[in-house]
Amino acid sequence: MDFELSEEQQLLKDMVGRFMQDRYDFEKRKGYMKEPAGFSDEIWAAYAEQGLLAVPFAEEDGGIGGGPVDLMIVMEEMGKALALEPYLSTVVIGGSILRTTATAAQRSALAEEIIGGACKLAFAHAEPKARYDLAFVETKAEQAGAGWTLTGVKTLVMYGGAADKLIVSARVSGGATDEAGVGLFLVDPKAAGVAIRDYPTQDGLRAAEVTLSGAEAELLGETPDAMAAIRQASDEAIAALCAEAAGALGKSLDLTVAYIKEREQFGRAIGSFQGLQFQASEMFVELELARSMMMYAAMASRDPDPQERSRAVSAAKVQIGRSAKRLGEKSIQLHGGVGMTMEYSIGHYFKRLSIIDRTLGDTDHHLAQLDAVGGMAA
Amino acid sequence: MDLEFTAEEKAFRDEVRTFIRENLPEGTRTRMKEGRGTTKADMVDWMKILAAKGWSAPRWPKEYGGPGWNAIQQYIFTEEIQLGHAPDPQGFNISMVGPVIYTFGNDEQKKRFLPSILDCSVWWCQGFSEPGAGSDLASLKTRAVRDGDHYIVNGQKTWTTFAQHADWIFCLVRTDPDAPKKQMGISYLLIDMKTPGVEVRPIQTIDGGVEVNEVFLTDVKVPVENLVGEENRGWDYAKFLLGNERIGIARVGASKAKLRRVKELAASVPLGAGTLMDDPRFRSKVWETEVELKALEMTQLRVLSDIAIRGGKKPHPASSVLKLKGSEIQQSITHLLMDVVGPYAIPKSDGVEGSNEPSVGPDWADAIAPGYFNYRKVSIYGGSSEVQKGIIAKAILGL
Repeated sequence: MDFELSEEQQLLKDMVGRFMQDRYDFEKRKGYMKEPAGFSDEIWAAYAEQGLLAVPFAEEDGGIGGGPVDLMIVMEEMGKALALEPYLSTVVIGGSILRTTATAAQRSALAEEIIGGACKLAFAHAEPKARYDLAFVETKAEQAGAGWTLTGVKTLVMYGGAADKLIVSARVSGGATDEAGVGLFLVDPKAAGVAIRDYPTQDGLRAAEVTLSGAEAELLGETPDAMAAIRQASDEAIAALCAEAAGALGKSLDLTVAYIKEREQFGRAIGSFQGLQFQASEMFVELELARSMMMYAAMASRDPDPQERSRAVSAAKVQIGRSAKRLGEKSIQLHGGVGMTMEYSIGHYFKRLSIIDRTLGDTDHHLAQLDAVGGMAA
Repeated sequence: MDLEFTAEEKAFRDEVRTFIRENLPEGTRTRMKEGRGTTKADMVDWMKILAAKGWSAPRWPKEYGGPGWNAIQQYIFTEEIQLGHAPDPQGFNISMVGPVIYTFGNDEQKKRFLPSILDCSVWWCQGFSEPGAGSDLASLKTRAVRDGDHYIVNGQKTWTTFAQHADWIFCLVRTDPDAPKKQMGISYLLIDMKTPGVEVRPIQTIDGGVEVNEVFLTDVKVPVENLVGEENRGWDYAKFLLGNERIGIARVGASKAKLRRVKELAASVPLGAGTLMDDPRFRSKVWETEVELKALEMTQLRVLSDIAIRGGKKPHPASSVLKLKGSEIQQSITHLLMDVVGPYAIPKSDGVEGSNEPSVGPDWADAIAPGYFNYRKVSIYGGSSEVQKGIIAKAILGL
């Protein structure tokens, strides 16, 4: 039992933290958001240079061979900076699916492109009627000669508009919520039969609706039987989101404490009032609980037992959702009017935290997931 | 990072678990499990069993009769005690006065007091709080005036837990009322409860029980050899105590055991065609509490990992949430038990031991409401939640 970072992990944390501090202050971020893709290609290239895109890939594929704790470290630092780039979909989700599903040839070819910064991925899985049910897939896959064609609608595809490749789930057999009969496919977003409607999200990121009409696709792996891999990727993504949220929570508290130390009313710093101090202390409690569950989720996210893994990850997502609401809402309240302005940073942290709670299953959904497995079984 | 305990640590856990299962008297286990509290005999018997095994003082070093366990072993032991519905080692003896005596006391005091502290053949209680000194403990007024070889002590202590069982009381007393700071004129004095002028009056709490007392001290003659350490340094010794109990203060093991009981009882309570556990609204409340408890447990393990690696010289910032969140969770579980018992929270038992009247409702029901009432204490004692928040605001957030 040990919650310490290794020496390499501490170096990684320092490196990413420094990088984000130098290249990603809040004013620069406003500029990155205005770029066509909604983030900075230059920063993406710099991630590649720093080796951040190589973290989860095996050494034989040119990667660093990092594990979930390494991804946790990167995501937490990115959360502090409200980083915009499609790191989650490309490196975390892409890394997981390549590991679990792709053939060796697909893996090494894609990994090389991803690591070099040439390929950004989007994960086109959710569908309009699915809400948070991972097994709900109506998009059809049909064999066409040596390849496949896909037909259906994918929703809320994070950075679907900026992606160089889409990873799309589609059903080869069975009804809409069957576990069996779902494959994962690679789709070129520029191919015929792919329509992408790109739009901004509430937190300043971008997503897309993807409509597939007989679009050409390449099956990932040998057989279209990927629900277990989708669940695994989702759990790893949730663990990473928990880390991003913990980073954003930590920064939100820092900003709030700094603000109430400085802001004076009635002739004194408002942070000297006990009413505000108590709220700040309650925010600290939420932060520490969230951090603890971030670590728990990271350590559990590769548990070979899928039930134990998803139990831990759901518990973490519930805690993060609660902490995000409790800490986030207070962070705006304690800033007062300035917290309401688009110009100031705290509201943007609050918005990202609120959206993370709705991503890959909200608090109620994960409580229902826990209910299905009899709670924490503690 | 790794969640797993080592093979040796797991073997140790199994050893502790087996020992508790085989040696904890059944009556004590039942009273603990049902939340009925323990008798003095329950505690003393259990302490003798633990002491015979050398386990009655998990945090003590070997040279004073402890097992010399490291932080992780101490944690595992505490967790197993609580999960096994066993009483924690008598806290006033083991966690409070013992460590002060072996750290600040002289050789004579160590020889005289430590053996009977270890097996609880002498029961100690704590004389810190006073009617006018609760959260603001340093404003205590009980006065000790030197008179030859004795101190003459006058004053009143309150909230003295199990003073009715106690043979001795360790007290903070004011020896220098003119000290420049109120913390500076306080001494740490050991007083035999049989000394003339010591009077104990019970305080009945809202649950109907008597755990706490007022202790009146009127011209009590205390030999000067019962002063621990130096005169006027008592505050430092008391502060040392407060830092002594970081792991375990969250009571994660006890809350886990209680949550299991919530589920067990809920599965026995009829509701419609099934049981209360079939009600998704009720279950959801249980899962939410379980998640919070898991977050607290992980926080505790982070602190433990820090202590195991760095020796705990500088407290981990997360340690400050343990008491605050731990008491919140303990309280919400007692409220969940109220949700379980439902209407049978209403009758109050006659409280007569061995009464032949059948219980109204399930035989466990009568302890539930008193347990809920009683547990309001946990966010008040040992540094109230407001004090904890103040500490976080000042010491961690710098407000």
